[in-house]
Amino acid sequence: MDRKAILNELKKVLAPYTEDKAMLEGINEQTDLIKDLKINSANLVDIIIDAESQYNIEIDFDAAEKMYNVGNCIDVIAEKLNPSA
Amino acid sequence: MSNRVVITGLGVVAPNGIGVPDFLHAIQNGISGIKFYPEFEELKFNCQVGGFPQFEIEQLHGYISETSLYGLKGKGIAYGIRAALDAWVDAGNEIAGEDTLWDTGCVFGSSVADTDVIKNAINRVDAKESKKLGSRVVEQIMNSGITAYISGRLGLGNRIVNNSAACATGTQSIFMGYEYIKTGTAKRMVVGSCEFVDRYIFGGFDSMRVLSRKYNDEPERASRPMSASAGGFVPGSGAGALILEELEYALARGAKIYGEVVGGSTNSGGQRNGGSMTAPSPVGVVKCIEDAIADAKISTDAIDLVSGHLTATIADKLEIQNWVQALKREGDNFPLVNSLKSMVGHSLSAAGSIEMVAAVLQLKYNFAHPNLNLEDPIPEIVDMIGTNNLPTKKVDREINTIAKANFGFGDVNSCLIISKYKA
Repeated sequence: MDRKAILNELKKVLAPYTEDKAMLEGINEQTDLIKDLKINSANLVDIIIDAESQYNIEIDFDAAEKMYNVGNCIDVIAEKLNPSA
Repeated sequence: MSNRVVITGLGVVAPNGIGVPDFLHAIQNGISGIKFYPEFEELKFNCQVGGFPQFEIEQLHGYISETSLYGLKGKGIAYGIRAALDAWVDAGNEIAGEDTLWDTGCVFGSSVADTDVIKNAINRVDAKESKKLGSRVVEQIMNSGITAYISGRLGLGNRIVNNSAACATGTQSIFMGYEYIKTGTAKRMVVGSCEFVDRYIFGGFDSMRVLSRKYNDEPERASRPMSASAGGFVPGSGAGALILEELEYALARGAKIYGEVVGGSTNSGGQRNGGSMTAPSPVGVVKCIEDAIADAKISTDAIDLVSGHLTATIADKLEIQNWVQALKREGDNFPLVNSLKSMVGHSLSAAGSIEMVAAVLQLKYNFAHPNLNLEDPIPEIVDMIGTNNLPTKKVDREINTIAKANFGFGDVNSCLIISKYKA
């Protein structure tokens, strides 16, 4: 799965947690989950749980702490999906 | 300081009606919300009937944000949000503002946090999957979840309290809100209570043998307050909410006024003088009613209707005796008496607030709702107050003042006196 495909999947994961659907539609790698998408910081753990289930991966605490913008999320997910890359 | 406190908004989620118009229609026409539930038969409960609102969490679309709704699993919280926000809008308010409303608070009660949510947490944790619980569990298993949701949605900044006093909770929450306004602490209070009685809570009461068990095949006849053939209460669920407002504040914004809370009291018999964990002390009950009347500064002759606790257990007889003693009225001189539980069952913490919404509607529209299933009143009750004041059909009559009380486990009591607003 390339970064663009992961980003498109990520939109589905993020959807229940943001009221701003227009902003969500236009996200790029620089979009900040809290500042731009106005996601409640407490919900970041829910996003990680949902991402684990969506991509069938496990995201540890250290990796989870890096997931504050879309680009970081894709980094972590891509690494877990394809550890050798 | 002693401010006058008026009622400017109502909201209700009851087994026989959701929203004020449906609920008003139901109580005017004696519509029962009690049904048979196969789940309870399956669970081998003695009581297999209950009063549950026809309400699913998805019906909160538009009430709270979509992100907040996603992940909301607690039904009691959902009932409470619906009732409180309906009351807020009924009082002529907008839901979402940017500013904190420092003059407005919330007292909203419940008995137990949602056990379905707790069960999910227990199962996950025991399966070593605590990591998958997510961020939304704690806010729904904390007792103050309901006040957190309501105050957060409305931006309330005054006293925010989740009270719990078993079956006296609902009347107590209204009393507390009344006190905060009366003493000048708050200008406006969102008050009420909510309860979702799931199988685990239901089972606890079933095992105590205090529930109705003889009418499983005739659910609408199962809840029989004051009836000689009653054999226990029918569990129910729901929520009731009121907006209380300082009189001048309400007048200044031209609010519609349903009525006035003129007095109230909440106390405990201290589990002495006949009181226990499960039984109210007559001394405490009589004192609670007397104190409420003294606070209202009215004569007991002014009371047109008693909205009783009256659950359909052996305590009904004693309750009437306590009212007779406290009001010093008997026979045909006793006020009209009714029990909403004959239509909706007993929704524990939510009972007081749902019954208070019913009381306010009877005050405003001048009627006493019927007591269902009262074709055979308990002879000792008839000896005390006759039958003329035990309506089995709706009574259309001017209702100026109502006394409302509830009594709960732990020997706690709450009583409120409401009257028509007169300038």
